[in-house]
Amino acid sequence: MRLVIGKGSCGIAAGADKVSASAVSYIAEKGLNIPVGVTGCIGMCYLEPIVDVIRDNGEKITYVKVTADAIKEIIDSEVSGAVCEKYLIPAEDKQRLESQTRIALRNCGIINPDDINDYIAKGGYKAIEKCVKELKPEQVIDIIKVSGLAGRGGAGFPTWFKWNAARSAQGIKKYTICNADEGDPGAFMDRAVIEGDPNSVIEGMLVGAYAMGSDEGIVYVRAEYPLAIVRLTNAINQAREKGFLGKNIFGSDFSFDIRIKAGAGAFVCGEETALIASLEGERGMPRLKPPFPAQKGYWQKPSNINNVETYANVPWIIVNGGEKFAAMGTPNSKGTKVFALTGKVKNGGLVEIPMGAKIRDVIYGVGGGIKEDRKFKAVQMGGPSGGCIPAELIDTLIDYKTLAATGAIMGSGGMVVMDETTCMVDMARFFLDFTCKESCGKCVPCRLGTKRMLEILTRITEGKGKDGDIELLEDLANQIKSSALCGLGQTAPNPVLTTIKYFRNEYEDHIYNHKCTAHQCQALVTYSIEADKCKGCTLCAKNCPAGAIEGKVKEPHVIDPAKCVKCGKCNTVCRFGAVKVD
Amino acid sequence: MSEICKCAEAEAEVLKKDGIDTSLLEPTLKEYASVKGSLITILQHAQDIYGYLPVELLNYIALRTGIKAAKVLGVATFYAQFRLEPIGKYLIMICQGTACHVNGSEAVQATIEEYLEIKDGQTTPDGLFSIKSVACLGCCSLSPVMMINGEAYGTLTPDKAKQILADIKAKEAESK
Repeated sequence: MRLVIGKGSCGIAAGADKVSASAVSYIAEKGLNIPVGVTGCIGMCYLEPIVDVIRDNGEKITYVKVTADAIKEIIDSEVSGAVCEKYLIPAEDKQRLESQTRIALRNCGIINPDDINDYIAKGGYKAIEKCVKELKPEQVIDIIKVSGLAGRGGAGFPTWFKWNAARSAQGIKKYTICNADEGDPGAFMDRAVIEGDPNSVIEGMLVGAYAMGSDEGIVYVRAEYPLAIVRLTNAINQAREKGFLGKNIFGSDFSFDIRIKAGAGAFVCGEETALIASLEGERGMPRLKPPFPAQKGYWQKPSNINNVETYANVPWIIVNGGEKFAAMGTPNSKGTKVFALTGKVKNGGLVEIPMGAKIRDVIYGVGGGIKEDRKFKAVQMGGPSGGCIPAELIDTLIDYKTLAATGAIMGSGGMVVMDETTCMVDMARFFLDFTCKESCGKCVPCRLGTKRMLEILTRITEGKGKDGDIELLEDLANQIKSSALCGLGQTAPNPVLTTIKYFRNEYEDHIYNHKCTAHQCQALVTYSIEADKCKGCTLCAKNCPAGAIEGKVKEPHVIDPAKCVKCGKCNTVCRFGAVKVD
Repeated sequence: MSEICKCAEAEAEVLKKDGIDTSLLEPTLKEYASVKGSLITILQHAQDIYGYLPVELLNYIALRTGIKAAKVLGVATFYAQFRLEPIGKYLIMICQGTACHVNGSEAVQATIEEYLEIKDGQTTPDGLFSIKSVACLGCCSLSPVMMINGEAYGTLTPDKAKQILADIKAKEAESK
C-alpha cells in the first residue's frame, strides 16, 4: 500500500503539507512501511486536501477533506484492510469527476509531477518519438490541422496556422515560446497543468519546435506561481537527463532545449508582443502587428507563442490522431476545454469537458449548482476581456462562435459564477478597476479611456450617477474597442458592454432609483430595525461604530440614518434577523 | 561593462552606509550583466537578496550593466513584483481576484487595514506587517484568500482574518 497526497497550490493552501507531515511521522511512529507520494491537482478543490490510498492490488481509494488527525485514522483503517468510511469520497463527487473528458488534464492528480518516469509510464514522450522517427514536420502540422486545435489562451486562433507561418518564415533561428503568464483573475488552469503535469507542456513544445524547425524554447511563467516554476524546472532537468531535451533527440538531427523566464507581475504581458518585450528585459508594452511574431518576434526572429493548455493537448493529438480530437466538439470548436469554475458555485475547481457542452452542464452538472441554492444570475467568462452571460442564456453552447455572439468570449477558461447577491454594476466596476490598474499606458484610449469609464462606474455605485451616464459609458466603450492598440485594450470594455446589454435595469436602478437590489453598493443601502422582530438585546447598539443606534433594554431599537455609516455590523451581529437591508 | 568603474564604486559606498552589501549581487552580475535582455532577472535576484530595490541600488545596477538608469527605473516601476521601499516582516497579500471579490474580499481588506491602521502598500511603524492587494493568487476555490509570507489562508471572513493577525502579533510579542 502507498499514499498519494494532492499537492497543487490549492491542496497546499487547504493544508496538504500538514497532512503529509502527519502521515510521515505517524507511519514512522507505528513502524510501518508505507511510501508517501505526491501528485498535482485533480481539480476538485472544494474537497481538498485529497489523499489517494493505492492498495497492493492496485485498487485506488480516494479520501477527501483529510486533516492531520484524519490521516492517522485512515492509515489505521487501511492497514487493517478496511475502508475508512468517514472520509471516503462521496459517490456523487466521484461521478462528477468521471463525467469529464480529460485530455489536457489527463495526468493531473494521477501522476507524480516530480518524477518523469511516471509520465513516461503513461505513454509520455511517445508523441515526440513518433514525430522524429516517422513524421515529416509538414505531416505534424497536417495532424494538428485535422485536429482543429485552436489557441486555448482565449483568442482561439488555429494552432496549425501559427505553426505553419513560423515554419515558412525566413531565418534559421526560431523560438518556441510558451505563454504561462496566466493573468486573468479567477483563472488557474495553466497553473494546475504545470503543477500537475509539466512534462506534457514540455513534450507539446518539443512537437511544435520539431514542426517549425526551432531549436530553442522559453516558458514565460507568472512570478506569482512559485510552485509551478519549481516543478517545471525539475521536469526540464529530468527531461534533459533522459535525452528528451538537448542535442540529437532520439538520435536524429533535431535538437531543442527549454529555459524558464519568470514574469514580474504585469497582466499585459499575456499579450504576445508585450510578452516578447518582457522577455527582452523591457517594460512589457505591446506593439502594433504586423509584423506578427511568426515573422519578427523575440530578438526579431520568427517566434511562435502558444498557451500552456494548447501545448498540453498536442502530445495526445499526435498519439491518438487528429481525427479523434476533431470528433469531439462542434463544427468550429474541436476537442475539450478546461475551465476554472469559481464564485458562488457549490463545487469549485477545474473542469474539462468537450466543446459543445452547455454552460448549464458545467455549473449545474460538475459544479453542483449555486451555493446555498440561491438563484443563478450570471456567469463571467473570459476575465477582463470577456463578459457576463445572464441566466436566460445558460443553455448557450461552449463554442468559440456562440460564446462570442453573446458578447462574452471563450477566454482562457475562467468561469466565475454569480448569484442574486452579486451587483452587476459593481462587477463591471471591479473589472474596469483591474484593467485601469493594469493598463501599460502606451496608448491613450486604454490609458485614459478605462480611467474615465472607471470614474463613471464608481460614481454610479456611490449613488452619484447622472442621467446619460449609461450612454456615455457605451460611447466610450465603443471608442476604446475600435482604437486601442492591443487586444487587451480593445476588449477591456467588454465587461461593461455585456452588463449594460443584459442588466441595463440594474444600472437604471442605481442611477434613477438610488437602489442596489443586490445590496452590494454600500452607499445605496439603508439599514433599519424592524420593531416587531427586535428583542431589545442591545447587541447592535454596542457594536455600532458610529453610535447610530439607540434604544432601551428589551425595547425595540432605532437606527439614526443621519449617523449610520452603513457598515452592516448591526446586521451581522443581530441574532433575531431584525435588521432590514434595503 | 562588468568591470567596476569609479562611479559604481562610489554608489556601492553609499549603499554600504544603508546596510546594503553590493558584493552579494556580484555572482548575479557576473552571470547576467553582459547578457542582453537580462535586466528583469537581475532585478529579481537583487530583490531576493535585499528584500527591496532602493533607488541607489538601481543606479548601481545601471552603472554595472551599462543600461541607462532611467530605463532601469522604468522597468522596476512597471512590474508589480518590484518594491522600491522595504517591507515588513510579514507580507500580507490579499487576493482581489474575481472569485475573491464575489465572495467578499473587499470587506476582508477593509478590516485588515482598519486593524493594522495602514493602507494597501504600506508597512506598520513597528515594521511587522505590510499589506499588498494582488490580482489573483490562483486559489480561487478557497476564496476569499490571503497569503502571509507564502502561506495561504482560505475561506476568510473579516473576523477570521483579524484573528489570524492577532495570533501573529501575540506570537511576536511572546518571542520578544
